[in-house]
Amino acid sequence: MNEPRKGIIPPQVAISRVNASLAARRAGERRFRTYGRIAIGIALAFLVLLFVSIFTKGIPGFFQYYVTLEVVVDREKIDPAGDLSVQSLYDGDARGIIRNALYKATGAEGRSGRKAAGKLISKGAEQRLREAIIKDPSLLGKTVAMKFALDDDADSFLRGYISSAVPEKDRRINDKQIEFINKLQKLQLISYDFSDYLIFGSASRDPEIAGIKGAFVGSMLTLAVCLVLAFPMGVATAVYLEEFAPKNRITEIIEVNINNLAAVPSVVFGILGLAVFIGIFGMPRSIPLIGGVVLALMTLPTIIISSRAAIRAVPPSIRDAALGVGASRLQTVTHHVLPLAMPGMLTGTIIGMAQALGETAPLLMIGMVAFIVDIPGGVTDPGTVLPVQIFMWADFAERMFIHKTSAAIIVLLGFLILMNAIAIFIRNRLERRW
Amino acid sequence: MSSPVIALIVLLISLGYFFVGTRLTSGLAPNGSRYHSRPHYSGLYAALLAFLPSSLLLVTLSVGDDLVFQRLALEFVPEAVSSAEGFKEIIVLAQIENVVNGINFGEQADYIYQAAEAWKGWLATATTLKTVSVIGLCLITGFFGFLKLGPDFRSRNAVERIILAILASSSAIAILTTIGIVFSVVFESLRFFALVPVTEFLFGLTWNPQFEGAERAGSGQMGLATYGSVPLFMGTFLISVVALSVAVPVGLFSAIYLSEYASSRARSIIKPLLEILAGVPTVVYGFFAALTVAPFIRSTGMSLGLDVASESALAAGLVMGIMIIPFVSSLSDDVINAVPQSLRDAAYGLGSTKSEAIRKVVLPAALPGVVASVLLAVSRAVGETMIVVMAAGLAANLSLNPLDAVTTVTSQIVTILVGDQEFESAKTLSAFALALTLIVITLGLNFGALQIVKKYREQYE
Repeated sequence: MNEPRKGIIPPQVAISRVNASLAARRAGERRFRTYGRIAIGIALAFLVLLFVSIFTKGIPGFFQYYVTLEVVVDREKIDPAGDLSVQSLYDGDARGIIRNALYKATGAEGRSGRKAAGKLISKGAEQRLREAIIKDPSLLGKTVAMKFALDDDADSFLRGYISSAVPEKDRRINDKQIEFINKLQKLQLISYDFSDYLIFGSASRDPEIAGIKGAFVGSMLTLAVCLVLAFPMGVATAVYLEEFAPKNRITEIIEVNINNLAAVPSVVFGILGLAVFIGIFGMPRSIPLIGGVVLALMTLPTIIISSRAAIRAVPPSIRDAALGVGASRLQTVTHHVLPLAMPGMLTGTIIGMAQALGETAPLLMIGMVAFIVDIPGGVTDPGTVLPVQIFMWADFAERMFIHKTSAAIIVLLGFLILMNAIAIFIRNRLERRW
Repeated sequence: MSSPVIALIVLLISLGYFFVGTRLTSGLAPNGSRYHSRPHYSGLYAALLAFLPSSLLLVTLSVGDDLVFQRLALEFVPEAVSSAEGFKEIIVLAQIENVVNGINFGEQADYIYQAAEAWKGWLATATTLKTVSVIGLCLITGFFGFLKLGPDFRSRNAVERIILAILASSSAIAILTTIGIVFSVVFESLRFFALVPVTEFLFGLTWNPQFEGAERAGSGQMGLATYGSVPLFMGTFLISVVALSVAVPVGLFSAIYLSEYASSRARSIIKPLLEILAGVPTVVYGFFAALTVAPFIRSTGMSLGLDVASESALAAGLVMGIMIIPFVSSLSDDVINAVPQSLRDAAYGLGSTKSEAIRKVVLPAALPGVVASVLLAVSRAVGETMIVVMAAGLAANLSLNPLDAVTTVTSQIVTILVGDQEFESAKTLSAFALALTLIVITLGLNFGALQIVKKYREQYE
């Protein structure tokens, strides 16, 4: 009876074997746990690296170098017609006035000296002077100190990207210009200030005056079209599928369709927009209206899926109670289910909108990548959007554009974080748990 | 009257119908009988009938008129100008519209002034027409609805039928979108395959698309256009493999650590942080890949004596991998959490350590879900566009070396379709054929993921 059976290990042996293996097993446990920690560490390190790289490049993009000049606003020269009309100011010699102030400040003499000095200041300076005069005609005939943006080469030099040790012919800024810049700096006329061009300027090939206003307005118009279409349609579809749709083949096809659309790559929606709206309907390219429609079709599945989840989360007892006191099915939905599901639907919609705000590829397809200086005034004016602007700027070689691109990315990320924060707030505060 | 004003008037008329309808049907009917529905349903019925057709008409007209004018205005542009090199419709239209709006920058060509004059005329006619037709339609249909109201008319049922019809028709949008996608892609693809044989497209080893003009000009070194898509699919495959070899281990181990080891506090902090990675726009990743990662990899490779292309597949794949970490981790996290605690408890009861329980019990139980999440991540990687457009370059090399420059299906689609294109040329059409294969692949991957989950999921209850 007490003889050990075949294949059965005596307890002492078993215990000693287990004990012998314990150290290795515990080491394995520690190793496994470390793998997990390393994985999370890698993921978070990437996140930090991404943000650090964007912010270190982007923060300087919010600032740029300006020069303050004593401008003699000669009435005859700037406004030859004397009526302060846009046309007259364009015919006037705002450029000459600024140049004269610059020559005086730098002491530039001779043809080559003046040419070198003239290149220091941005092409946007004249426009700034005209705008100042339209805003305040009393400046006419006076001598005023005004701040103008420096040209991007001078800016890059001041930021230290162009070394004066490089031979003169290999740099984008010559010895004379460096001398002028040093002189202006000694006179404390050069200042490093917040770049108002970034926020209020529109698209430009000159980095020092390029800004995101046009793209921002385009983004808002596109997003508005997207929201106006996607939110009602998404909610209506979700209500129909959850509350009214008969369980039949058609409903099933619609559901499969919605799930498939959620999986289609975004660039395909751009092709849809290109082929249908531009190819078949003959609508113009680059307009926020088509952009909004394409993005609405793209975000619709997101909104529908989250709205359905929100509706499903409303307990059936609410519906039963409403039906029990004699409400019709539509009354039950509009009076009870929808108000209770609304926070969940809004959360899903905001997340969908954030997705749409950051989307680039489908908008490239419908031509929102065109270079457009005018700020769009409506949904049928050609325009571009923030992510596409970032994409275009990323291609430009000027050093200053890297900063401006990163600054634009910070603005975009800021809006995305804001939208997500609102979504989280709604989810935590307004959503009801049953 | 401008469109917003008309919309306001339509709204006011509808409100008027609502109030009059409501007022007339409150209390008892003239013959002493009771109304079937509560009064505001009668009002709503008349208002809906007034509002819906006229607002539809208004939207169509206001969206349509500008577009019609633009077509008409282009007729004024002389042939010599419009067929010239570098002619841009947008610029001419902007000039015309500027003149119409009274903004003037210098002198313009004569035809621009003529077009602007005509435009002003059309604008006046169209506005009158729009005002009269929309407001007229609103009054008529509203009155028609109003006439129907009476003690026997079931206005609540009628209103609910209308609303239900609206709900049902909006759910049909999903089907319409799918049909639109299929039609736009399939038809153009068929036209492409009429020009280029399917076998060449699927099995050809050289990708060298060219516009017909370039081909006819026969510039010697460019050679003939060839549409063999194998290099593109190889490139997509290579970049996806790099991306997955980053995302799958990192994502999976993060998910395991978060669901099995991390305290609920650490989890509540780390999980949203990881999800930030999914919320960053792809264009930002593209910028990061092109400006930070690619130069870093290139200089590291150089210092090791390796020949690294400045737009290497490694840079694009690595950054794409970062982007899809959260997809793998959050989906795997869900399936790992769905494994019942009783399985873990049983494993612990037999004396296994935590990692043994995870490796031998939890992961095998969660395997179908994990595989499905990896397939979904692959489908993301294949369809991702901006990162590869910005960081992977356009050289259609047939290579499996991650240090070489390759191109992908999506980046070719974008390059071919961005900007002006001739709709008829094989080059433009080839983008649609690529899109068709892209759709087939991504939908296939998703379908596969769904089938795996359906077939192999263990039901614990």
